[in-house]
Amino acid sequence: MTVTQTDFTAALLNADLATPAGMVDYQGRPAGKRFDVYRNNVVVSLIDAMETAFPAIHKLVGDEFFKAMAGVYVRAHPPTTPMMMFYGEAFPEFLENFEHVQQLPYLPDVARLELARRSSYHATDSIAISPDALGAIAPEDLMNVKLELSPAARMLKSAYPVLSIWNMNMVEGAPQPKAVAQAVLLFRPELDVDMVEIDDATHCFLSNLQNNTLGEAYEATLGIDETFDLGQALGLLLTHQLITHINI
Amino acid sequence: MLDQSSANIPEIPNRAGVGYKAQHLNGILKDPSAIGWIEIHAENYMGDGGRPIAQLKHLRDMYPVSCHGVGLSIGAEGPLDADHLARLKHLVSWLNPALFSEHLAWSTHETHFLNDLLPVPYTQAVVDRVVDHIDQVQDTVGRRMLLENPSTYCAFEESDMSEIDFLSEVATRTGCGLLLDVNNVFISATNQQYSPEAYIDAYPLEHVGEIHLGGHEEDADDHGETLLIDSHSRQVVDPVWELYEYTLKQSGPRPTLIEWDNDIPSWDVLANEARLADDLLANAQLVAAE
Repeated sequence: MTVTQTDFTAALLNADLATPAGMVDYQGRPAGKRFDVYRNNVVVSLIDAMETAFPAIHKLVGDEFFKAMAGVYVRAHPPTTPMMMFYGEAFPEFLENFEHVQQLPYLPDVARLELARRSSYHATDSIAISPDALGAIAPEDLMNVKLELSPAARMLKSAYPVLSIWNMNMVEGAPQPKAVAQAVLLFRPELDVDMVEIDDATHCFLSNLQNNTLGEAYEATLGIDETFDLGQALGLLLTHQLITHINI
Repeated sequence: MLDQSSANIPEIPNRAGVGYKAQHLNGILKDPSAIGWIEIHAENYMGDGGRPIAQLKHLRDMYPVSCHGVGLSIGAEGPLDADHLARLKHLVSWLNPALFSEHLAWSTHETHFLNDLLPVPYTQAVVDRVVDHIDQVQDTVGRRMLLENPSTYCAFEESDMSEIDFLSEVATRTGCGLLLDVNNVFISATNQQYSPEAYIDAYPLEHVGEIHLGGHEEDADDHGETLLIDSHSRQVVDPVWELYEYTLKQSGPRPTLIEWDNDIPSWDVLANEARLADDLLANAQLVAAE
């Protein structure tokens, strides 16, 4: 009796299905528990991968609940590539719909933050410009330059205090979150990911920098906040070594 | 078959190496001579940058590196994942590892990656499929690969050839080498009730470019019979050390890896396992020189 990899895969991911007939022990008896080793390896290794990927979610819901929830997730969303460092991409949407966590509506954004941290951690290395390079540009040209940001920069905007929640769970002594919306800038000065809270105007400005000149991004930001301080925003980028190129 | 005679590949010593874990970096740097080389899981170094790649660039200046893939799914019924093969080619080209290996197993089916090394039946049709895949890997990556024997828990009723005949034919037809996992031999022999020494006696040792050693867990099947599970979570057990010694007597010394991937111990514990392997390798070296 031939066992196809379709049969094998279905039985791996669904413990209610019978062990494929054709999987046997050394005497030709049905494989039984021996097949379960593979079932267990697959599910346990994927749950472990989720735990590595989402340490703050793990802490927030506790080990027992996390493992049970991750068990549901990994069967519904097995990885689609061998790049386990990026596994869990569908977890935020899963959390939005998973009925047992609806009383924790900030979980999806905490998961998004954890995905952004990991993506930043593995992003391409880059070298920041020196602060002098920006100062060396003639004032009349400054608004026409395009700034390229570090490939490790990420941003996230949440209706919840997502950064404070993450810190409270992952950083010893971090204060209790206040019930406010938060936008977060993630960056990686060298090898460790760091995060700061930014205001909505800075979020708007950085989003606009991607495809626009500095002047255009500034104009767009003034449209939502006329008190936006460009010098302060550029200072933030320089402090965290986020500018990698100035295209004149 | 692949011709890589012109390639400038680093040599690997007949010493003990370890599977590299970031938490051991400080221990390694304190006494680099405790090991002769390191092995990495290819998939962990396929990001674009950051700490894993920075560490690997540092380590490759200190040691010969063995690049061990765990996700290529060479035994899959479907075609190999071209994107993944391209990532592997990229890694091998900048890293220039001393050894490059993968498993006789599958892990990808259609769009699912199952993150485990799943077994294949031993039939002529599967030999043909695995040969095609290894030809493709070696041609694409531009390197000879080593193919690792699996640890098996059950068997396919449809199998009609031995694991050794399977591996021998694949190695002969593709020119690939073999990675002999002695712990896997012990696990499979226990689970399938055959003699591990007889397996080693029949094994085409001339193709072996690397040996793996690792720890396993003990469980029982539905009939209360011993079921060993490959866990890489503890020390190498004495019967596996004995089987390793038995193997070295026939094969002569070969680069030998200590695998410890779960419940990872302190560096001292792992370095001690490496020292035990190095002692046996030194003996095998003396015998070979006589």
